Amino acid sequence: MNVLAMDTSNDVLGLSIVKNGIVAGELMTNVKKNHSIRLMPAIDQLMRDTQTKPEELDRIAVAHGPGSYTGVRIGLTTAKTMAWSLGIPVVGISSLKALASQGRLYEGYICPFFDARRGLVYTGLYDTKLNLIKEEANLLMSDWLASLKDLNAPILFLSQDTALHKDMIEEYLGDQAVIADAGYHYPSPSYLALAAMEKEPAPLHELVPNYLRIPEAEAKWLAQQEKR
Amino acid sequence: MSKDQYVLAIETSCDETAVAIVKNERELVTNVVASQIESHKRFGGVVPEIASRHHIEQITLTLEEALTQAEMTIDDIEAIAVTEGPGLVGALLVGVNAAKALAFAKQKPLVGVHHIAGHIYANRLEKEFEFPLLSLVVSGGHTELILMDEHGSFEVIGETRDDAAGEAYDKVARTLKLPYPGGPHIDKLAQEGEVSIDFPRAWLEDGSYDFSFSGLKSAVINKLHNAKQKNEEIPPQDVAASFQDSVVDVLSTKTYKAAKEYGVKQVIVAGGVAANKGLRSALKDKFKEEDCELLIPPLHLCTDNAAMIAAAGAVAYQQGHRSGYDLNANPGLDLEMYGKRGS
Ligand SMILES: [Zn+2]
Repeated sequence: MNVLAMDTSNDVLGLSIVKNGIVAGELMTNVKKNHSIRLMPAIDQLMRDTQTKPEELDRIAVAHGPGSYTGVRIGLTTAKTMAWSLGIPVVGISSLKALASQGRLYEGYICPFFDARRGLVYTGLYDTKLNLIKEEANLLMSDWLASLKDLNAPILFLSQDTALHKDMIEEYLGDQAVIADAGYHYPSPSYLALAAMEKEPAPLHELVPNYLRIPEAEAKWLAQQEKR
Repeated sequence: MSKDQYVLAIETSCDETAVAIVKNERELVTNVVASQIESHKRFGGVVPEIASRHHIEQITLTLEEALTQAEMTIDDIEAIAVTEGPGLVGALLVGVNAAKALAFAKQKPLVGVHHIAGHIYANRLEKEFEFPLLSLVVSGGHTELILMDEHGSFEVIGETRDDAAGEAYDKVARTLKLPYPGGPHIDKLAQEGEVSIDFPRAWLEDGSYDFSFSGLKSAVINKLHNAKQKNEEIPPQDVAASFQDSVVDVLSTKTYKAAKEYGVKQVIVAGGVAANKGLRSALKDKFKEEDCELLIPPLHLCTDNAAMIAAAGAVAYQQGHRSGYDLNANPGLDLEMYGKRGS
């Protein structure tokens, strides 16, 4: 099975081509540049480098959020439309799970997170086999850390935004918290491809972003309706 | 005989997810529009975040629907066209990235199209162009007079200095408490009313083909406000009729003058407001004695659709224009610059 995986859900642009279980090529950049301009040329390049023709692909994997709305939409639109035009399945994988995969040899809990401003984070809790232990959510880091304290077990933190939250993590969890080295904080696109081989694809048209929160305009409107 | 050429186009610049196929530049094969109006009605206008969300839910469904209706497969398509701008950036992004994915997966040429060029070319699905031609583009975001000497060349000879005509319609409609989208409601109400209020007309300097509607909009809002303060009742039909009369008078008079000055063979009306009955009849009236031909597209080609993007894209494709895989959504894309690209 040949799988193309893509992740543009946050600052990292990650691509991987896995052919019959072997990673044929991977591309990762971590620069704050426009995914819309860079994604398709990067796919074109990696496909050429690995001598893969579009029609040789059997499956497409995409990190479907959470993350930046724009980034998630670019990746999802590209993945869905490519899969649709090639008549192959597309598999959406959580962006948090792709990041958690970087800690999959760690004996303990794994906590991937993305900063979501104003003290909020997108996060979830995984075990070493990447089973979801605590539901992914968009919530205050302080509330999240307080809930992790009760686990009384070591937790590995993975995030590009670690520096923003390091003090708070240590304040709440002390020795319970393990913060990974710099090399581990970026989601692995090859893991996305491998995970997509195991996961049952959902119907293509129904694949939508994993937002974890609704847009502000809609939230306001819903709140107004409540009041009435 | 050369083989038939099919261009598939995607348009997602605002709140419609649209896909169309056009044959040999001028023949409409299929035109699918998944409208979000119902969803945006709740908010009384288009919410950009929600528009993008809907586009991503609709895009592959709309593509599939278009091919199914046309009884074709992607392999029958020669080139992919897409609206690259102007419009809402998040909405445009969905169409642009879908088009690139399609073009890459099936190794088809890709052509980026200017939304307004599309509105103009919608008319070519009905009638062949004769140059020079003048186009009056009126929509929620645009009020422009555009002169074309040949295919793909656009000279903006007049544009709005503040609000677009459609924008003024929406604001006046909101003041009159009409539902969204306001334009068609005002048009309907105006048919029942009388032009009894003398609203201002912004002619601007002598010889200018520019427009301005913010003064008119304020005058309408003030009039309604003052009447309310004095507990006076102005029939909303009359407000609608008088407001529309002012807009239509300025639009049709300036279009007529420009058509004369530039000696054009055709005058084309394009954009969502081209559906407006008041504007249609005023223009028909102005040009009935003239040699130059007045073209107003049928309703389904006035509002945003992808057939118009396919029509403009097919010409650009013939002229050799190609977009790369780095094509991006460009919310402020300039029409004149777009016309000059690659030259
Ligand atoms: Zn339009």
